[in-house]
Amino acid sequence: MPALISIHLQREPFDAAGEAAKLRRGRSDVGAIVTFTGICRGEEAGTTLRAMTLEHHPEMAQAEIARHVETAERRWSLLGVSIIHRFGRIQPGEDIVLVVAAAAHRQDAFAAAEFLMDYLKTRAPFWKQIEYVEGGAGHATNWVDAKQSDDALAERWRPAVGRHEAAE
Amino acid sequence: MKLRYFAWVRERIGKPEEELELPASVATIAELMDWLSGRGEEYAHAFEDPKVIRAAIDRAHVKADATIVGAREIAFFPPMTGG
Repeated sequence: MPALISIHLQREPFDAAGEAAKLRRGRSDVGAIVTFTGICRGEEAGTTLRAMTLEHHPEMAQAEIARHVETAERRWSLLGVSIIHRFGRIQPGEDIVLVVAAAAHRQDAFAAAEFLMDYLKTRAPFWKQIEYVEGGAGHATNWVDAKQSDDALAERWRPAVGRHEAAE
Repeated sequence: MKLRYFAWVRERIGKPEEELELPASVATIAELMDWLSGRGEEYAHAFEDPKVIRAAIDRAHVKADATIVGAREIAFFPPMTGG
């Protein structure tokens, strides 16, 4: 059976278990599924969050994520990938992003899921803006700064990335 | 040329997108940022530190020295913070 690939950018919450189940339904070649869910924390650097809002470039995000899924398929033996990235206003405790990787063997599923998450962090055109709770009254908003530690994590995968992806 | 702006680049310029006629002398992303900076205070503010600004041509990441010849859409934005 061919690999099942699905990429969704949506405002609505998602069902992580349901997405994982879709990748194995009706087939017996899947031996490993890694499901990663990124969740909005209620605290950032000691400051309490009221919510965060994710802005994105819809067409570019879809294209950029698809390119990285193709890269993952070339590098590892995958039977399915499901990615959901939410946008809009998200409150602490809510899910932000889902990466599910299905493979015959766990090494491929673990590695592909981690690769895709590292690249979503640094290459997918999404920007987080945080609303802070300030002293219980009123609130301020701030754009989240990109983390050098995230760049370093994405850089680990560099050798396998094709010329197009390495353009930046 | 269609230009799109995101996150604080959009906030500083004060609009999400616009259509602009670019002079023939503007041939690269870096030159476009420089040219935009001369269009007004809001642009100068957005592009005050061009090293931190990222760009995409027709929905693919490019470097500042990339040629913009033949581009349909150019996007400017801060480093990405998704995931």
